[in-house]
Amino acid sequence: MNNADIAWMLVATALVLLMTPALAFFYGGLVRSKNALNTMMMSFVALGPVAVVWALVGYSLAFAPGGPAIGSLAFAGLRGVGLEAQGTIPHLLFMCFQGTFAIITPALISGAVVERMRFNAYLAFITLWVVLVYAPVAHWVWGGGFLASMGALDFAGGAVVHVNAASAALVAALVVGPRKDYGRHAILPHNVPFAMLGAGLLWFGWFGFNAGSALSAGTTASLAFANTLLAPAATLATWTLIDLLRGGPVTAVGAATAIVVGLVVVTPAAGYISPASAIAMGAIGAFPSYFALIYRAKTKLDDSLDVVAAHGLGGATGAILTGVFAEAAWSGGPNGLMGGNPGQVLTQLASVAIVLAYSGAMTFTLLKLLALVMPLRIGARDEGVGVDVTDHGEEAYTHGDGAILVKPKETSVARSAVDAVAVSSGGQL
Amino acid sequence: MKLIVAIVRPEKLSDVLEALFHADVRGLTISRVQGHGGEIEHVENYRGTSVKMALAEKVRLEIGVSNHFVQPTIDTIINAARTGEVGDGKIMVLPIEKIYRIRTGESDQDAVTPVH
Repeated sequence: MNNADIAWMLVATALVLLMTPALAFFYGGLVRSKNALNTMMMSFVALGPVAVVWALVGYSLAFAPGGPAIGSLAFAGLRGVGLEAQGTIPHLLFMCFQGTFAIITPALISGAVVERMRFNAYLAFITLWVVLVYAPVAHWVWGGGFLASMGALDFAGGAVVHVNAASAALVAALVVGPRKDYGRHAILPHNVPFAMLGAGLLWFGWFGFNAGSALSAGTTASLAFANTLLAPAATLATWTLIDLLRGGPVTAVGAATAIVVGLVVVTPAAGYISPASAIAMGAIGAFPSYFALIYRAKTKLDDSLDVVAAHGLGGATGAILTGVFAEAAWSGGPNGLMGGNPGQVLTQLASVAIVLAYSGAMTFTLLKLLALVMPLRIGARDEGVGVDVTDHGEEAYTHGDGAILVKPKETSVARSAVDAVAVSSGGQL
Repeated sequence: MKLIVAIVRPEKLSDVLEALFHADVRGLTISRVQGHGGEIEHVENYRGTSVKMALAEKVRLEIGVSNHFVQPTIDTIINAARTGEVGDGKIMVLPIEKIYRIRTGESDQDAVTPVH
């Protein structure tokens, strides 16, 4: 084992964990204020049950020795996952690092179903999804599964994380259905600074995501780090330029989105391509997502926070371009199309298609089965009130006026304010 | 001339505005208010503190209209704001002594007649 590698991977794991709260802010800022807490909770809550099922079974299905399609239950309950070396770091640390990926991937899906999905149905969905969809797909690419044998390149999860989540998001948006106001009323972000804060923190955490995927503190991590800086920068620059050339203003929500798209695009390529290629990839990657965002809003598909346009198209573009730009001279790995290996592009395409199909089909089945047991969405009236109040019993921005304290003993509280204390002084909540 | 004061659900505001504009009611003012209208209070919980929210978020519209616009405005608001549940709101019609349009100094009927 190598202590430098361990030190970096400890930090990288914490960085990736931060991305889930960051995603909560990114998504939370983009919804209406009456759904702000629910939207943020959809990301936050993944830190609980998803992490637990990952430790209990998910990790084992993904990374325990097994077949080409799935691992085994050899590591179930973290049996045999101790401080012995896995590469140059402790096995336990490797499990934690992978766990942070498993946490954020289902949280990404929430962007497609915010403001109307019932919270307990969402909770059941992501907990099952991480075991039945995420774990096998992670195994295919990183656990010695068949996509790895095919030679598919996915450095930090373009297909495993982003295409996977976006395919599930597309299906979830269709199965759950659009918000009642979608296409009828303007639905505006309630706090754009939150979205920008989230995008900034995502970028920060993404250095752990991509450079940490080197699983060591060496040159590959440095290359992935540089590419994680350069690709989103190029996407942001290109996005801005498209805004200006189309004669429009340069928007803040657009900039925050561009950063996320650039990060997604470079994810599968981070440790395989040259820094110059990262700039090219970031720039190219801006186009599909930019125009898909504009197009999607005109359709009936209520992928509310554009998981498909940002993560799906970004992830697919990144995965395919990895097959174009991969350079043995930089990575010591395989060459892509530019290095005279056109076959890599087809391998990349195949890996995207396979993940897309599996994730979509499984998500559809899972949601349809859940729908037999519990309603997937809240009623139209509750949608009007907002999911914060209906599913969480809280509000994001309450001022406490008219809040009557429910005393512990009173089961049926008197309706008049005379025998109750109004909590209006603030700070008491 | 009447001043129509309507209290409606915030989630119905878009519907009401849309309907009013279709009905050619173009001059209005809204404010965010809180009130109690007999609806069942919902309970919220914050770290072990349970509170009943006795005041619900509402939107108040104030619309100065000439006499022949009074009934159409009321009908429009009722149709657009109704859900059938307690808490849909109220409409109050008040007499107006004088209205002035600041820009021109016009008064009364002229002041509330939209300029096309």
